[in-house]
Amino acid sequence: MLWLLGFWLGGELVVRTTGLPVPGAVVGMLGLFVTLQVRRPRPDAHLLRASDGLLAHLQLLFVPAGVGIVSVLGVLRSDALPLVGGLLVSWVVALVVLGWVVALLLPRDRGGPAVPAGGGDR
Amino acid sequence: MTWQPGEALEWVRTSPLLGVLLTLGAYRVGLWLHARSGRHPVTQPVLVAVVLVSTVLLATGTAYADYARGGDLVAFALAPATVALAVPLHRQAHHLRRLLVPLLVAIPLGAVLSIGVGYGVVVALGGDETLARTMAPKAATTPVSIALSADVGGIVALTAVLTIGVGIVSAVLGPWLLTLARVRHPHARGVAMGAVSHGIGTSRSLADDPEEGAFAGLAMGLTALATAVLLPVFLHVVALIGS
Repeated sequence: MLWLLGFWLGGELVVRTTGLPVPGAVVGMLGLFVTLQVRRPRPDAHLLRASDGLLAHLQLLFVPAGVGIVSVLGVLRSDALPLVGGLLVSWVVALVVLGWVVALLLPRDRGGPAVPAGGGDR
Repeated sequence: MTWQPGEALEWVRTSPLLGVLLTLGAYRVGLWLHARSGRHPVTQPVLVAVVLVSTVLLATGTAYADYARGGDLVAFALAPATVALAVPLHRQAHHLRRLLVPLLVAIPLGAVLSIGVGYGVVVALGGDETLARTMAPKAATTPVSIALSADVGGIVALTAVLTIGVGIVSAVLGPWLLTLARVRHPHARGVAMGAVSHGIGTSRSLADDPEEGAFAGLAMGLTALATAVLLPVFLHVVALIGS
């Protein structure tokens, strides 16, 4: 946990000194990634276990922002059509096009897909 | 010693503790329901928890700002969790080289599609400029989308809700839609999920397949960057065309 907070702090410092338009945590993620690649910690290192624990509950951390819906119910009601329409249409288009584009651009070294059809659905 | 339950209640009412407990409790119910339903996609714990907490707030007439004293403490851990996404990526790093070109094309394209189609559809369906600007940054992860929304004159609280909204829609339906579109490769699925639906989509990908999840996390980080860079450009172009 110390490392995660440390890299977050480092990322914030970089972002705030340079005025980069990204959150400090994303810069911290890249910093930690490079560090992990260089240091190659043992699989049972504290950092790795703490990270896995935190990521297992990633959805929990988005709950407060989602609950913000109670403060915008008025706008949601009066502009439901453009909001829901814009959300769903842009989601469908971006997800499908990206899936196709990446699949198309992936170098074909091994034949065939690595997951069977519907492997992701449960 | 004196008997002063009123004082105790007042402390509970104004302390962040209640918001934290409510959030954790609702999330716990979400986890339980998810397990009980055989991990049915609709029972994403975040969706269940948001519905439960919102219902409690509305039923008790609690203002969001009062809840947020505790909610903000929970959301604080979002930043270290974002840093932690380096770990699954590290484990999949040997795949990175072959994804370099696809990512360089896909991430900016995805950001432009999320921004442009979101903006365009809102306007086409009768939304005003403010609403369109509120929608535009929603594919970026919450801290970024909120900051961008404030920068471009959107409604910040609504952008946060739309961001969580697209995440939930994607966590529930994304893998199904990708399978329907015959996108099978875990790298392609992961990049699409992370780029379109940030951390919430990433958490679904991580749960489905660690390899897919690692690339979702990477795509999420890169999309935050691409959205921050491309949103001002997009709005500038729209203004040029409009004038």
